[in-house]
Amino acid sequence: MSRRQPRIAQSRPPIVFSVLAALGVVFFLLPLIGLLVRTPWSDLVSLLASDVVIDALVLSAIASVAAVIISTIVGVPLAWVLARLEFRGRSLVRGLVLAPLVLPPVVGGAALLFALGRRGVVGEPLYDATGLVLPFSIWGVVVAVTFVSMPFLILTVEGALRNMDSRFEGAAASLGAGRWTVFRRVTLPMIGPSLAAGMILTWSRAIGEFGATVTFAGNLQGETQTLPLAVFVALESNRDAAIALSLLMVAISLTVLVLLRDRWLRSL
Amino acid sequence: MTLDVSITVSRGGEFTLEMSIRIEAGETVALLGPNGAGKSTAVASLAGLLPIDEGRIVLGNRVLDDPAEGVFVPPEEREIGVVFQDYLLFGHLTVAENVAFGLRSQKEEPDAVDAKTAVWLERLSLARLADTKARDLSGGQAQKVALARALIIDPELLLLDEPMAALDATTRVELRRDLGEHLSEFPGPRLLITHDPTEAFLLADEINVIEEGRITQVGSADDIRLRPRTRYIADLAGSNLLVGNASSGVVTVGTHVLHVADTAIGGSVLATIHPRAVSVHRQHPEGSPRNVWKTTIVRIEHFGDRVRLQTGEPLALAVEVTPAAVDALGLELGSDVWLSVKATEIGVEPG
Amino acid sequence: MARRRLRNGQLRVAFGVAVIGFLLASCGGSSDVSDEIRVSAASSLGEVFIELESAFEAANPGVDVVLNLGGSALLREQILAGAPVDVFASASADTMAPIVDAGLSEGSATVFAQGFLAIAVPAGNPANIDGLVDFGNEELLIGLCDIGVPCGEYGRQVMSRAGVKPAIDTNEPNVRSLLTKIEAGELDAGIVYMTDVIAANARVEGIEIPDAANVAAEYSIAFITEGPNNEGAKVFVEFVLSEFGQMILAGQGFVTP
Repeated sequence: MSRRQPRIAQSRPPIVFSVLAALGVVFFLLPLIGLLVRTPWSDLVSLLASDVVIDALVLSAIASVAAVIISTIVGVPLAWVLARLEFRGRSLVRGLVLAPLVLPPVVGGAALLFALGRRGVVGEPLYDATGLVLPFSIWGVVVAVTFVSMPFLILTVEGALRNMDSRFEGAAASLGAGRWTVFRRVTLPMIGPSLAAGMILTWSRAIGEFGATVTFAGNLQGETQTLPLAVFVALESNRDAAIALSLLMVAISLTVLVLLRDRWLRSL
Repeated sequence: MTLDVSITVSRGGEFTLEMSIRIEAGETVALLGPNGAGKSTAVASLAGLLPIDEGRIVLGNRVLDDPAEGVFVPPEEREIGVVFQDYLLFGHLTVAENVAFGLRSQKEEPDAVDAKTAVWLERLSLARLADTKARDLSGGQAQKVALARALIIDPELLLLDEPMAALDATTRVELRRDLGEHLSEFPGPRLLITHDPTEAFLLADEINVIEEGRITQVGSADDIRLRPRTRYIADLAGSNLLVGNASSGVVTVGTHVLHVADTAIGGSVLATIHPRAVSVHRQHPEGSPRNVWKTTIVRIEHFGDRVRLQTGEPLALAVEVTPAAVDALGLELGSDVWLSVKATEIGVEPG
Repeated sequence: MARRRLRNGQLRVAFGVAVIGFLLASCGGSSDVSDEIRVSAASSLGEVFIELESAFEAANPGVDVVLNLGGSALLREQILAGAPVDVFASASADTMAPIVDAGLSEGSATVFAQGFLAIAVPAGNPANIDGLVDFGNEELLIGLCDIGVPCGEYGRQVMSRAGVKPAIDTNEPNVRSLLTKIEAGELDAGIVYMTDVIAANARVEGIEIPDAANVAAEYSIAFITEGPNNEGAKVFVEFVLSEFGQMILAGQGFVTP
């Protein structure tokens, strides 16, 4: 509390805002209540302790974190290029990068299959040369999940780079810092909060990814069955298990999002 | 070490900066002009952040930019210390880290970096702020950090872009003298970019006035103040600046004594008199204004609806009157006149 | 303190209004449209039901059959949750059972067609699949429908009858996605309905399963009494069971009772 807080009366929203905002909360709350009402509380522990759930949990954790790492390593440079370089076809590249946002994930998964599958445009030579098959393996899951979630990171970081005052980079250069040093010690810290937000969005999208994963990587417990796939499968056979799994996903996501948000807001 | 600049830079198609400046080692030159005159473009070009279109930038025996020869030295290799407008400190780093930034970027030994940083922090009285995040500094503190950050890399040229603009009026007066000292300790050429004539008059040996991308007048503070070449310079250089000593309501400038309203101030001061605050008479004026003296007109210049006079001994002043007054009083070169100034019209600040 | 309480009160009122508004909006539903028949059908019935739809609409001008295709179990969940559906055509009697048990259908469901299973391989059969034995080969990429999905249950029955332990690489959520992967050549073989192989034309090849191992999928149909258009539903079910309807089914490779 060392900083001075302006003593302005807490803003009072217009009545119509209160109603609409409350309506919004209800909209998001009702499905959750629906889940909670149907949750088989007495069997919850045994349902969640099954090896199906544990396998899916581990796989989802690995795949979503891998997606965030890959998206950051590839997406940050891509965002930088889109934000800072003037080149022909830049809007085309941006459109391409954003395509997974508008493409139905199942279509994205099928497209990945045609490109990177065993008989795909790139997949076939890759298979012939190395024997590597992406679908039906954890690599396939990571590819599918990354494909769908990376645009969130690129969008967020590109926006941050555009809004950043690039004179600071000039200042760093004038002090003798090379391009990489400027990026590492000035640009990156300055876009840090946005990068963190982008990583969280990417993770959120990755953890919930279903369509592209099931289409590209298939569905096999312990190999490619992530939490959303397990939920979907359970919905067909064992509704209690599906609800328990959904609740688990909501719990994980809420925990991670709330914790990370607090952390990253504090660092601001 | 000499800076020799003769450049043409286009920006956004509309605006073109054409500028030649030469600064010797140990000399401070001010580039004085309004916003949009091309000062930022000049800074960016010198620092290597904006390639020039034609001409050359030569610092000592190094050519930094010469498109005709295909030479362009990138900013990180120019060895120019820049104090940027708004300082551009790295808010996420501490004061010490900001100061050490250049040396660390140039891969100096960590121990040497720490030692040099400590010296510079001490020199600018920043030692107690070493661990403060730069974003938490006041304007005056930030200026010192920016100065230390630029000077620690031992640059060959010091470039100051509006170093006072971000400060409030009180701090500005306080820090001006400090800045003057730091400037005089720097051995290389120094270029001060500013829109504030007072700053230019006090800190620079030579002033280059820049308007709409062209340099319109070069000269000493007195040249600019007393013999403005354009209407803009006349307005800009508006006030007469007099350095003197104050004691109980009296300021002594050379041999002349001025009565001022502020009786509390003492010691070395800066007195300002606006040219239009001075009244011109052919006879000793009626009534009893405190400041009345006799002098001679040594120069007359017409700027549209105004006439600018320059007076001689005992106090070289710029005086502005209307053309009608010139006619009515029959003023011409060499006329003897009486001048009067109210004590309340003389601004005084510590100088 | 008083101010604070007042503001909380305001928020509570706003929240209440929002909840009521939301509930009203979601309960409204659409009004009776007697000329619309909503049919939920298993995805494996997709092709043939599209044909049935156009034949029925031609015979009954002014009536619009709205098809909702999906996995049988998912469709069932929607109906159990109160979706406004008039007719439900399921790919297995087991899937249909909870609907009947819940009393959502008048009487029992009717089996209107049977479908035998077949091995599907990509065009040209690149992995040289001969029969069910190959499903045990770890080297091959094998897909089945998932447990709980009718084609998955039938596929497993076929496997156990043939005495083969399949080396499964993926359990697809429905027969369509299984076919997509076989078509693309990503899977070497899978077990689907014979009707799917026929509908896929030359994009996949079918290999017959010996009668001893094969099982018949029993497609059953029921009209949902909770649905908005009971009259239309009855007429549509009768049409499917009629000679004309059965002819259309047979034309797509279904075995009719």
